[in-house]
Amino acid sequence: MNEANLATPAAAANAEKVEAKIEVKLDAKQNLEVADDQVTVGQCFTDAPKMTMRNVNVFYDDKQAIHNVSIDIAQNEVIAMIGPSGCGKSTFLRSLNRMNDTVESCRVEGEICMDGEDLYAPKLDVVELRARVGMVFQKPNPFPKSIYDNVAYGPKIHGLADTRVDLDEIVENSLRRASLWDEVKERLHQSGTGLSGGQQQRLCIARAIAVSPEVILMDEPCSALDPIATAKIEELIEELSENFTIAIVTHSMQQAARVSHRTAYFHLGRLIEVNPTEQVFTMPEHELTEAYITGRFG
Amino acid sequence: MDKMKFENHYMKQFDEELEEIRTRLMEMGGKVEQQLQNAVRAVIEADSQLAEDVIKEEQLVDNMEVDIDEACILIIARRQPAASDLRLVMMVTKAVNDLERIGDEAKKIANHAVILASEDGTSKGYTEVRHLGQSVVTMLGNALDAFARFDVDAAMRTIEEDNQIDLDYKTALRELVTYMMEDPRSIGRVLNVLWVVRSLERIGDHAKNLCEQIVFVVKGKDIRHQ
Repeated sequence: MNEANLATPAAAANAEKVEAKIEVKLDAKQNLEVADDQVTVGQCFTDAPKMTMRNVNVFYDDKQAIHNVSIDIAQNEVIAMIGPSGCGKSTFLRSLNRMNDTVESCRVEGEICMDGEDLYAPKLDVVELRARVGMVFQKPNPFPKSIYDNVAYGPKIHGLADTRVDLDEIVENSLRRASLWDEVKERLHQSGTGLSGGQQQRLCIARAIAVSPEVILMDEPCSALDPIATAKIEELIEELSENFTIAIVTHSMQQAARVSHRTAYFHLGRLIEVNPTEQVFTMPEHELTEAYITGRFG
Repeated sequence: MDKMKFENHYMKQFDEELEEIRTRLMEMGGKVEQQLQNAVRAVIEADSQLAEDVIKEEQLVDNMEVDIDEACILIIARRQPAASDLRLVMMVTKAVNDLERIGDEAKKIANHAVILASEDGTSKGYTEVRHLGQSVVTMLGNALDAFARFDVDAAMRTIEEDNQIDLDYKTALRELVTYMMEDPRSIGRVLNVLWVVRSLERIGDHAKNLCEQIVFVVKGKDIRHQ
């Protein structure tokens, strides 16, 4: 690179950095495997983290599914986790509210904290944790109950409403925030399973936010939905991020590009790169990220 | 050095589509380069037939621009390219625009060549046209080579050439003004030469744009206006 063209020393230094990066890429091109000492590139950490994960390892029996992942999730951030099937992104997401506890063979090591509190502390109440860190799944899974009861169930068992009026208010608010109220207000006492797929998913989101969680985890929330229903959920994610912190696992890279602030790329159980989403989709730092988002895996 | 590869996609068809816009951009570049060479030669050799050919063939360049743009839009619609693929497609849509403008300038030069050839008179200013013409043709060739090889170093060197062209342009202007002051009867004729020189300088700017876009494709770094 010809230095004479770069106006400032800072620009020249920048150019050198870019230069070095390209060389790493060329090396990596020879080999899509991941080295054991793979270090995550990019911006993994934030100044005001809501959740902090340090050196997280997850095992299923002897098989290691997550290798040494360290990352922060910032307050009110939408972070997307992408990667090929089996890369561990869902496993990692599920370890954030201890959903993996229900899997006998699963063992989680390392540090997972929310607001500095260790989520794997023996004394921690897991039921309460899952109210604070809610989850929305790939397939909409409303309870076989009325729409009203689906949303009211959480607040009831967590004792969030003292009176019927309070409960009515929570249900209405949650359905409104999930952009479902206008579609279901006339039939609150019909079964939730009678709704369309997209409506069911928004019902599940309403159910998740009814208990006022701090973080919402979404595991491919739109993969069973049509494009219009998907667009509604994505719009909703944008609105929800004003009040909640959201981590979303998605197979749709366009979706990650549209809704998230930062994107984390997982590959073979390792966190390869975390960077601002606009950077990941225009100029990813790591060769593997580039290969994945441009569709060069196979 | 940096060799970009637009292949090995999971979808083979995508490889082919990217390769095709690349190839067609190179073809368009070749055509425009030839138009420029012929236009400059037409001026210097007072070859009005050659100039007419350049004017006629400008339509071909326009058609190429439209076709390549269409192919790029289709790729965006079908493949939603990301990262280096996205940068390539964006680069090509901008590059065809610059190439088309170079084609326009070549046509303007050819128009002036027809006028200059149709009247007798001084050949003052032709040295300037030949000199600047050579520099600009070389620069455009270098820019296209750099694109063919995605060679950032070559692109940066070529951008430098534009500084020299700008200097030569200013020198040529001064010379032309001197000719006009020395012999006011030559003003009409020298003005035509002046427009030719002006077009050549503009072509240098477009070639520079091409090089900046090459850096953008390879490095993801926007070096315009720096």
